[in-house]
Amino acid sequence: MRNWMKKRKGITRWAASLIMLTLIAVSITITGCGGGTTTTIKEAGSTTVQPLAEKLAAAFEVSNPDITVDIQGGGTAVGITSCNDGTVDIGAASRELKSTDPQLVTHLIARDGIAIVTQPSNTVTGLTKQQIRDIFSGNITNWKDVGGANANIVVVAREEGSGTRTAFQDLVMGANVSITTRAILQLSTGAVKTTVSSTPNSVGFISLGFVDSSVKALAVDGVTATEANAKSGTYPIIRPLYFLTKTQPTGDIKKFLDFCTSDEGQSIVTEEGYISIN
Amino acid sequence: MSRHFTDRISKYAVTLWAVFSFAVLLAIAVFIFVDGLPAFKEVGFFKFLFGTQWSPEHGQYGILPMVVGSVTVTIGSMILAVPLGIGCAILLAEVASPRVRQIIRPAVELLVGIPSVIYGFVGMLVVVPFVRQIGGTGFSVLAASIVLAAMVLPTIISISEDSIRAVPRRYKEGALAIGATQWQTIWNVLIPAARSGIVAGVILGMGRAIGETMAMIMVIGNSPIIPHSPLDPARTLTGNIVAGANYATGTHQSALFATGVVLLFLIIVLNSIAIYVFRKASRISNVE
Repeated sequence: MRNWMKKRKGITRWAASLIMLTLIAVSITITGCGGGTTTTIKEAGSTTVQPLAEKLAAAFEVSNPDITVDIQGGGTAVGITSCNDGTVDIGAASRELKSTDPQLVTHLIARDGIAIVTQPSNTVTGLTKQQIRDIFSGNITNWKDVGGANANIVVVAREEGSGTRTAFQDLVMGANVSITTRAILQLSTGAVKTTVSSTPNSVGFISLGFVDSSVKALAVDGVTATEANAKSGTYPIIRPLYFLTKTQPTGDIKKFLDFCTSDEGQSIVTEEGYISIN
Repeated sequence: MSRHFTDRISKYAVTLWAVFSFAVLLAIAVFIFVDGLPAFKEVGFFKFLFGTQWSPEHGQYGILPMVVGSVTVTIGSMILAVPLGIGCAILLAEVASPRVRQIIRPAVELLVGIPSVIYGFVGMLVVVPFVRQIGGTGFSVLAASIVLAAMVLPTIISISEDSIRAVPRRYKEGALAIGATQWQTIWNVLIPAARSGIVAGVILGMGRAIGETMAMIMVIGNSPIIPHSPLDPARTLTGNIVAGANYATGTHQSALFATGVVLLFLIIVLNSIAIYVFRKASRISNVE
């Protein structure tokens, strides 16, 4: 009987503390919402832009401690939709906007090359744009047809809807040629890189900023895929990276966008492996 | 605070929680159905279910490759996991010494706790290259089946072991008494008697297999095509939802919810069978 009493007391105590916790949580939420002195800018969109946007936001917050910039991913499509419906202040896109997209104000913050990558051991060092188109559409299926070893080509691509895939489609494939349905699809740039680096005879496309020693970037139309060549415009597969706003920006949002295109902002762009707009 | 008051409060509280969790379940189901309906209407029910082309960019929403993908991967994993799982269950229940069992049983149970992304990562770096030795790119139905088999093994093993242990002792004693060997007893008496429980374990494993997402995405290749051999890449229903989730708007988004409807339907059917078989099993042991 005594034990039972003890237990019951315990339960009551538990219930009481649970109620207290709830009350505390609620009051914190209420005061937290009401008494803030900092303003928050919300950004979401392209996962290619995301790492760059995070660095830009961090540097911006240092000189503007009263402004917080909240960076999220989601993909270019999410950036466009959420900017258009007002869920975020700034959207991010890693491709040109199309006529079917909502009308938004674009702010060019950087350019990015798309590298065609293989395993470092692949003997092929370069391809023409036409060869890339034929490989990714499934017309050429053996490396020997483009000067390599006699081995089947494993095409690795991103899923439909990805900003990188859309940009690759626009810049390389064109409107009428589709990427083969037999391609291995991975759902992020990092996964494409891992897949290509671990799969013999594979070929994929990733942002030039993501290229490291685990993969080899092929020359395109005889131009090696380097940041210098991309910056000078001789490397042919380059896409714009945009911040998007619904209307002409004002106040803190304008302040952040101006920071991105300033010399300080653009030096971060270069540090991160993207191409400066200047 | 009187005793009755506390009792009443607790009663209301637990009722409320029960109603709440049921409401959540109902809300999810209704939400998926309502959002999936436009796709069924626009694409056409049969065109959606039996169409072989999935290309949202071109307005094509045929889900058959993904249904085939999910089903073949699930069957493949069962072919690998069921003999292994039942074998392991027999070992744990009948053959192994208590000491060996003390080591193996927790190890098997630990397998459940490993996050699926880890299975996927190991699959990508170990299983995929292994399958590549056999042929193809390695990203394939076979690789996915192997990874999935490892993931459902614990379910099959623990439920099978429990049902073998639940077989009344006198069955075993009777078999041994009339001169059957240990193996004959296991194979001809214990396994048939534990059959319903083992089947239920296998079906629960299938339920887990068909719902698995992350690990599958990493090793199956995600190509929306009907695989013609175990070495071909494929895409599962779950993978199909994830692949489009970030981008989908309009009909595409609705088509993803409709994919969810098909998935939900498959899982409900599997779970109903499992529950039915379970009940049958417990009724038999109650009679005993």
